[in-house]
Amino acid sequence: MKKENTIIVALAVLAAVIAATWLILVAPALTGNEINMTKGVTQQSADHFDLHMIVLWICVVIGIAVFTVMFTSIVLHRKSRGHKAAKFSHSTKAEIIWTIIPVLILVVMAVPATTALVRMEDSSGAEMTVKITGFQWRWKYEYLDQDISFISSLDSSSNAARQLNSGVTPESVDNYLLDVDHPLVLPVGRKIKFLITADDVIHSWWVPALGWKRDAIPGFVNEAWTNIEKPGTYRGQCAELCGKDHGFMPIVVIALAEEEFDSWVNEQLAGKTQSDQQVTVR
Amino acid sequence: MTTEAIHEDLNEAHDDHDHGDHKPTGFLDRWLFTTNHKDIGTLYLVFSLTMFMIGGAMAMIIRAELFMPGLQLVEPDFFNQMTTMHALIMVFGAVMPAWVGFANWLVPMMIGAPDMALPRMNNWSFWILPFAFTMLLSTLFMDSGGPAAGWTLYPPLVLQTGSSFAFVVFAVHMMGVSSIMGSINIIATIFNMRAPGMRLLRMPMFVWTWLITAFLLIAVMPVLAGAVTMLLTDHFFSTNFFNAAGGGDPVMFQHIFWFFGHPEVYIMILPAFGVVSEILPTFSRKPLFGYGSMVYATATIAFLSFIVWAHHMFTVGMPLQAELFFMYATMLISVPTGVKVFNWVATMWQGSMTFETPMLFAIGFVVLFTIGGLSGLMLAITAADFQYHDTYFVVAHFHYVLVPGAVFALMAATYYWLPKFTGNMYSEKWGKIHFWSSAIFVNVLFFPQHYLGLAGMPRRIPDYSPQFADFNMISSIGGFAFGATQLIFVGIVWHCAFRSKVRATPEVWEGSRGLEWTLDSPPAYHSFNTPPEVTCNALSRAD
Repeated sequence: MKKENTIIVALAVLAAVIAATWLILVAPALTGNEINMTKGVTQQSADHFDLHMIVLWICVVIGIAVFTVMFTSIVLHRKSRGHKAAKFSHSTKAEIIWTIIPVLILVVMAVPATTALVRMEDSSGAEMTVKITGFQWRWKYEYLDQDISFISSLDSSSNAARQLNSGVTPESVDNYLLDVDHPLVLPVGRKIKFLITADDVIHSWWVPALGWKRDAIPGFVNEAWTNIEKPGTYRGQCAELCGKDHGFMPIVVIALAEEEFDSWVNEQLAGKTQSDQQVTVR
Repeated sequence: MTTEAIHEDLNEAHDDHDHGDHKPTGFLDRWLFTTNHKDIGTLYLVFSLTMFMIGGAMAMIIRAELFMPGLQLVEPDFFNQMTTMHALIMVFGAVMPAWVGFANWLVPMMIGAPDMALPRMNNWSFWILPFAFTMLLSTLFMDSGGPAAGWTLYPPLVLQTGSSFAFVVFAVHMMGVSSIMGSINIIATIFNMRAPGMRLLRMPMFVWTWLITAFLLIAVMPVLAGAVTMLLTDHFFSTNFFNAAGGGDPVMFQHIFWFFGHPEVYIMILPAFGVVSEILPTFSRKPLFGYGSMVYATATIAFLSFIVWAHHMFTVGMPLQAELFFMYATMLISVPTGVKVFNWVATMWQGSMTFETPMLFAIGFVVLFTIGGLSGLMLAITAADFQYHDTYFVVAHFHYVLVPGAVFALMAATYYWLPKFTGNMYSEKWGKIHFWSSAIFVNVLFFPQHYLGLAGMPRRIPDYSPQFADFNMISSIGGFAFGATQLIFVGIVWHCAFRSKVRATPEVWEGSRGLEWTLDSPPAYHSFNTPPEVTCNALSRAD
């Protein structure tokens, strides 16, 4: 096999591998479905999105390189083309190279990975604290500084539609399975600390737009924090199997501008007696 | 087959043929009381295929319920029983026994031993399994239903299982006993019964990977047994090992479980590495590239598998230092794994390749396992894992390394050695149909799950928001087609064993090297009664 031929075949294979990569990593998005991690609305979610993309691209490049070499060999070095097998069985030099290069790539990846993680775990300087308690199959939110607390469960129209053979089509329900009766209301631009725990089994509190999930574990109080940059409604779900209705305990966060949040707090405090009764009834 | 020594031995084997072929007559004597490594290997493989079908049927129920949003077929609790049982059956009933089955058949033939070192224990370690899995499956018919807390059995949730939980724990104990006995047997065989000249660093890669796997099994199965025993006493005898209210620690279970669970992952995949390292050289007609570094890479992976367990639990709220340690250690695994992949590609490079079904499955393995490995590297990044964890991205990742990873390697091994085991060739045409259909549909099944996970779909949910509908439907269609395709596999195996008219030669494949190919196809019931003399030319590696 002449050397030029090998290069031509390798280039053709490279083009095919890149086309296949495009087909599986880019084309599906053209259907209008979301296929990638959200950039979210916090510094953390942006960090995690960037990390995800960096590592994804490194993996894509490694994959393309490996598969190009492999399929070039599959095209060229086949018996049906009369290719005779070479005899070599090892090369210390090659093996050292393909041990060291991956190590270097790992070091490059470890730097942003470490920075983002250190930032994620630093919950100091929080301006308010919300305690989150998971139990089968609801969330309880307690605003420790504002003395507000309520329980948040799956919205009743989703709940009716999700029964076995309910006859209600999920598409006809707004935000099917992702809506609650009492959403968690938070201010934007304020560092908020969460204390996360559970009453019965392990749950996991996850809103993708905030960029992380953290397990709610009975007997443990886990810390996490957020600082939401953009007002809006953000939806998530319990992420740790917690029994039969694990799929039916969503989370809704409504992020309000500071002054709107303050007036929401005042509203809640005004109607506090009423809402306390509601909680007791539940 | 290139040396006189082996020729002589082969002739001797021919002379011995009648003498070595005393099979017990009578069904019970042959199968229930058997101490023959080949028969026990067959039992393991048939058992594994049966479990593969049962576990697969459960996967079909899961994919059918997830075909579209809304609950159409099953209640959520039954759905959770299906996901839990699917995993337990596939891990402990399908993949692990299949590898033990191949080890039983192949290890003695590959190292020139007449049988396993401990043949009666071999019989026992197999016959425990049907009882263990009957008991496990019977929980589905009990009033309290089967286990529904996931195969990871996390407390406190798993303690909400009813009285059937005792049966689950006892079944897991029995599987553990079986695995440990199987491992002891394999280690004893490899260390004591190698033919003269079969030095450790001459052993075929499949034997090496199984040796290391056996040590992993012995190290971690008792840990699992301890963990489930503590669950048992927490459930029935009021202990508080994992009950926070009683001073226990629910996270401790996760540490113990994954100290077992992560090496368990490599228990399922290391023998696959071995199989691929046997098949690629044969069909490339070229020795395995970098045999020595393949052995060391396997050992390194095995060692690292013990110090990465907590990457399964990045979201439980560990200290920063612990998260960093487990992230770095996990990333390191990609180095020896990368060495393996590069060495496989270098084995194919400049070979003289043909593409019979075993080769197709081996190449499919290398490509798709690499994809699963790369998504594993992504999952190692702790901060990004705060998003990936417990989503369909994880489901896609581990199915890529287990289905087109471990299961494809099992398929490759079946096509590669079945002619040796049965003496008949399988249908190459149907083998290729099986490969292409599997390779296409496994990707239709699992690749869209990456998108689902990244877009925010949690795992282990029976119903989902309509935004996830399209890719779930595609995934389910792929699942049904992949499931149906495996019926072809059953047909091919049955045809090869009982109907095929094409006899296999002793070598079976043009480029095959190794002691098992010096025996007849099928080999005599008792092979290598006299140890063969091993010279490196006969082996699948060059020095």
